[in-house]
Amino acid sequence: MNIAPRFGIRLDWVGIVIVILLSIVILAPMINVAIWAFTEVWRYPSVIPQKFGLRFWGEVLGRGDVHLAMTTSLSLAAIVTALSALICLPASYAFARMDFPGRNLFFMSFLTVYAFPKFGLYITIATIFLGLGMIGSFWGVVLIQLVSTLMFMVWIPVSAFQNVDRRQEEAARDAGAAPLRVFWSITLPQVLPAVSAAVLLTFVNTFYETEVAWLIGAPEVRTVPLLMVRFINSELVVQYGAVLSLMLWVPSFLLLILARRFLGGQALGRALGA
Amino acid sequence: MATLEINKLSRIFGETRAVDDLTLSVGNGELICLLGPSGSGKSTVLRMMGGFEQPSAGSIHIDGNDVTRLAPERRPTGMVFQSHALWTHMDVFANVAFGLKLRRIAKDEIRRRVEAALVTVGLEGYGERRTTQLSGGQQQRVALARSLVLEPKILLLDEPFASLDQHLRERLREEVRDIQQRAGITMVFVTHGQDEALALADRIAVMRNGKLEQVSRPDVLYRQPQTEFVAGFIGQMNLLRGIVRSGVLSAGGIEVEVALQDGPATLGIRPEDFSLAPSIGASGNAITRVTDFGSHLAIDIETALRERLKVTAQAGSGWMTSGRVKLLPLRFTVYREGQLCFSSFPKQRGSLPSELRTLAASAASTDTFILDHT
Repeated sequence: MNIAPRFGIRLDWVGIVIVILLSIVILAPMINVAIWAFTEVWRYPSVIPQKFGLRFWGEVLGRGDVHLAMTTSLSLAAIVTALSALICLPASYAFARMDFPGRNLFFMSFLTVYAFPKFGLYITIATIFLGLGMIGSFWGVVLIQLVSTLMFMVWIPVSAFQNVDRRQEEAARDAGAAPLRVFWSITLPQVLPAVSAAVLLTFVNTFYETEVAWLIGAPEVRTVPLLMVRFINSELVVQYGAVLSLMLWVPSFLLLILARRFLGGQALGRALGA
Repeated sequence: MATLEINKLSRIFGETRAVDDLTLSVGNGELICLLGPSGSGKSTVLRMMGGFEQPSAGSIHIDGNDVTRLAPERRPTGMVFQSHALWTHMDVFANVAFGLKLRRIAKDEIRRRVEAALVTVGLEGYGERRTTQLSGGQQQRVALARSLVLEPKILLLDEPFASLDQHLRERLREEVRDIQQRAGITMVFVTHGQDEALALADRIAVMRNGKLEQVSRPDVLYRQPQTEFVAGFIGQMNLLRGIVRSGVLSAGGIEVEVALQDGPATLGIRPEDFSLAPSIGASGNAITRVTDFGSHLAIDIETALRERLKVTAQAGSGWMTSGRVKLLPLRFTVYREGQLCFSSFPKQRGSLPSELRTLAASAASTDTFILDHT
């Protein structure tokens, strides 16, 4: 009788310890970065900065290369996401609902992008692009990013389309709806959470992507993550990198909040097959 | 109100003939049950009526108009699915209103009709509920309301109550019957439950391997099964293989006089069509088990030839396990090569199935169907 509750309490302690350790490991660097972003003077061996301030925010926001990188990153992510949705959503409907020769082979081919080390793949593509003169071009980056978004944008909606009950669609036909109307009123609302999740993942992934942007885009196309890498590597002012890093959190936070508000955690989890 | 004519309808999937040259006509306001074991093609027939499957051959006419190639949304049929197929992202009201909205009916008219439909199925005030908050029976009622509100000429029901428990099934069955008689809708009801078919149908169409075995009023189907399959499928039937010699069929130790040529034949006797008499000593048949169902006794009997029979007797008639009994068949049917070839039934029992088949089935009544356990 006594063993079970004691065991339960001990388990709780283990859980708390794990949570604390994880929090330290995950949160400490983020807190450190956040503090650095608002620091003007912080000299060793002081535990807290000597002087807080927004001076570096002003400096970073005033820089032309930051403006340019932000515009580049946002338009890159938006264009890639839009194109990817345009290509992949009809494709995923076809994969889920239609039967055509080579369907399975074609479907699996989306996985091959992930079957090989991506970096190797990108280097190969980079050599091809070098010959085509597409290195350093914005649309070259868009093209490669598009390829790496295919899996999210095809696989997640495919399972969503497959999960829509065909009987529900038939019932709508029976009630007098033409096929397009059935898609709009019955099928689409049911796959919307999954499709939104896929769009969200694509946008965030593209926004934070560095390898392709660096290999294919450099030096002309400079995204925010690339700029940050340069700040961290070559600038002696730590705060530049910290401020930029904080700014990079904004889009993903916004999107996650939107996702939670419009989809709810459960729907998102279901959409991703959790 | 509508008639449905199906002519030489076939549906072939690769090698299998799911529906094979089926001809059936359903009268105005008639409720017909398609009954058969799973895989007999009954759902395929229904789905072809609704326009969800394309026939490989044959035609379907509703009120004389050819609808064989029409899309489901252009047919005057309404379908209730086994899985109810409610739209889970809409509430009950929106589910029922969907078809009316497509027909561009005014808002308050839609509201009035939807509420009336919900009253019909006993779900008044459930409009705001989400479909996932409803029980299985309520969901099926919403599906029924969704079809009824569009006033289809023909309502198709595909095993609508199969997933519900016995009690609920019986209640919904009665409600469907009520609605059907009040509104006079022509209905085709697919089921694999014979009690459901017997309780509901004006006529029952028994299907097997994509073909019709028999189309009859329920009482005729029970009393005069035209094939050995129907005899074994509807109700309980003792089917005994035997042989005819000079006008006497002996099967499993039972001998009856038949006007048939010599050769093999199968004797069919309902459990309630035996007369039982006590037997003294080791003669007669052994009673292996007696089950008291209150309304009647079910007796398992083993004949001298080790043939097992099921017999029913009146409640309180005092038969005991391990007693011995003499059996006298009161009524029987005889089948040869699967087809009915001899029947002992008196004429007033309705031994003219071919005439009855063409009777206007709206005149038929299932209420007269009572099992007599004598």
